[in-house]
Amino acid sequence: MMNFFATHGNELIIKTWEHLYISMAAILLGVFVAVPLGILLSRAPNFADRFISFIGILQTIPSLAILAFFIPILGVGKLPAIIALFFYSLLPILRNTYIGIRDVNPAVVEAGKGMGMSALQSIIKVELPMALPVIMAGIRLSTVYLIGWATLAAFIGGGGLGDFIFDGLNLYQPSLIIAGTVPATILALIADRLLAFLENRLMPEGLKNSYETA
Amino acid sequence: MLEFHNVTKRYGNGKPAVNNLNLTIKKGEFVCFIGPSGCGKTTTMKMVNRLIDITEGTILVDGKNIKEQDSVKLRRSIGYVIQQIGLMPHMTIRENIVLVGTLLNWTKERKDKRARELIKLVNLPEEYLDKYPHELSGGQQQRIGVLRALAVNPPLILMDEPFGALDPITRDALQEEFKKLQKELNKTIVFVTHDMDEALKLADRIVIMKDGEIVQADTPEEILRNPANEFVEEFLGKDRLIQGRPDVTTVGQIMNSTPITVQIGTTLKSAITKMRDGRVDSLLITDSDNVLKGFLDIESINNNYKKASKVENVMETNIYSVSQDSLLRDTIHKILRRGAQYVPVVDENHRLVGIVTRATLATLVYDTIWGDGTELEEIVAQAE
Ligand SMILES: Nc1ncnc2c1ncn2[C@@H]1O[C@H](COP(=O)(O)OP(=O)(O)O)[C@@H](O)[C@H]1O
Ligand SMILES: [Mg+2]
Repeated sequence: MMNFFATHGNELIIKTWEHLYISMAAILLGVFVAVPLGILLSRAPNFADRFISFIGILQTIPSLAILAFFIPILGVGKLPAIIALFFYSLLPILRNTYIGIRDVNPAVVEAGKGMGMSALQSIIKVELPMALPVIMAGIRLSTVYLIGWATLAAFIGGGGLGDFIFDGLNLYQPSLIIAGTVPATILALIADRLLAFLENRLMPEGLKNSYETA
Repeated sequence: MLEFHNVTKRYGNGKPAVNNLNLTIKKGEFVCFIGPSGCGKTTTMKMVNRLIDITEGTILVDGKNIKEQDSVKLRRSIGYVIQQIGLMPHMTIRENIVLVGTLLNWTKERKDKRARELIKLVNLPEEYLDKYPHELSGGQQQRIGVLRALAVNPPLILMDEPFGALDPITRDALQEEFKKLQKELNKTIVFVTHDMDEALKLADRIVIMKDGEIVQADTPEEILRNPANEFVEEFLGKDRLIQGRPDVTTVGQIMNSTPITVQIGTTLKSAITKMRDGRVDSLLITDSDNVLKGFLDIESINNNYKKASKVENVMETNIYSVSQDSLLRDTIHKILRRGAQYVPVVDENHRLVGIVTRATLATLVYDTIWGDGTELEEIVAQAE
């Protein structure tokens, strides 16, 4: 154990950082794309259901296949890895944003509109704050998955903790596999807790005790 | 203040939800729209603040065509209260009350001052301003819903079944409060309801709708007195018409129209026979044109039997009568106060047309309490 840290300690820190970097970049991209898209979809509910099922079907393509698919287009390295992972982050965030907004109490939205809120004001002041808990749950779920899937980035030269796992597999060294898996799991757990905390902080005061008013 | 000119709304291509509606609402008027579910009340209301587009016709608010105004600005200038209340759950009561102020970029001080002013109107403590909607009861929430509509002092307020979801006691309390508030603030109110009692209680004018058209638009009294057709009558309900009766019923409607009478010239002897046959102790006396001349009771016959032979010689001519067109509510007290057993009813030429006895009044009271008696028969039938 000590031996392992002595030889691989530095590498472990670098790989962990890489791993985190790839995952976070993908998640952030995912949030920036999926949340606005989810809001847009909530304005076209007929189209939205079909669109979301379509994305769902795309995502059943095995991740390795997707990663391999990106190689001829984007080459190898961090960027294609981030883009592939970003693609996977979309669905949970998109679906939760759409459902979160769709399920905002229509009476509240109607009251807002009737009192003279513009469409944008309604989204920013009413719909997003009220859908926030659901959207955050989607982001959390996405993040945890992505930190796991990010190990596959190594397959297309993206780096991260997956390097350890692939080396371990190639060299028949279980300790390397563990060195890749355990930190990835810990990262996922920490990210989950942090986001849970953030979710609680961001949750509007009036929604904390109950989602409903009359 | 608010005018509908040939307003029609069609959803899709079907038959219109609102059909060629014409109506003018004066400033300060409290108008209730009422009608069965689906008759187009909500549609009518929502066209006013452009939550629903008009298909044909025009609506004017303060003489200005609403189509020529920016819809968002228009809505900010019209109060709006809905049945589901729709307070923003993530905002404090204060933020909720002055939401329109926020949309209009009021300063924080101005909003705060206004929030404190308003919450006093509904007798809630200022501490409530910092609470969240879910901490309030349904009735309190709707009070806030009403205040929110008043925040920037709009002259016109639209309310769609605002008290419909509240329990009857709370609803009653809010109706009272709101009616008072409306009188003080002199707002023009368009109020949708399906509760006739509510409409009768609150409205200056009731607009009864059916299948997207106005069936009758009148004061509550006029609607009770002269329902435009069977639909309105049915909608008012028999009970309510009976209840409404003391208010608008004329004496002519409830009198007994076959009083026992004798004509001038009748002998006392045959008058007595008539009394015995009719089982009455008093007779009304008319001339040959049926004009009421006086009355005769058994005592005066007894006292004068030997001195006179004709009814006109002994009758009492100082007789109190009521006109058949007078309202029962104005007459009933007079009848009772005089302690008379009966009052003759006359037409404009003082011709006798009927009689109101204490028994007639008792029947009326009985009807009001028991309905027309069918319920009682049912109870009896069930008991048997
Ligand atoms: N958005 C809509 N699309 C299609 N039809 C509608 C819509 N809103 C209301 N309607 C129809 O228009 C008619 C009047 O509805 P509404 O104004 O809500 O009635 P009310 O408020 O009197 O119950 C009903 O037949 C209803 O089904
Ligand atoms: Mg309605």
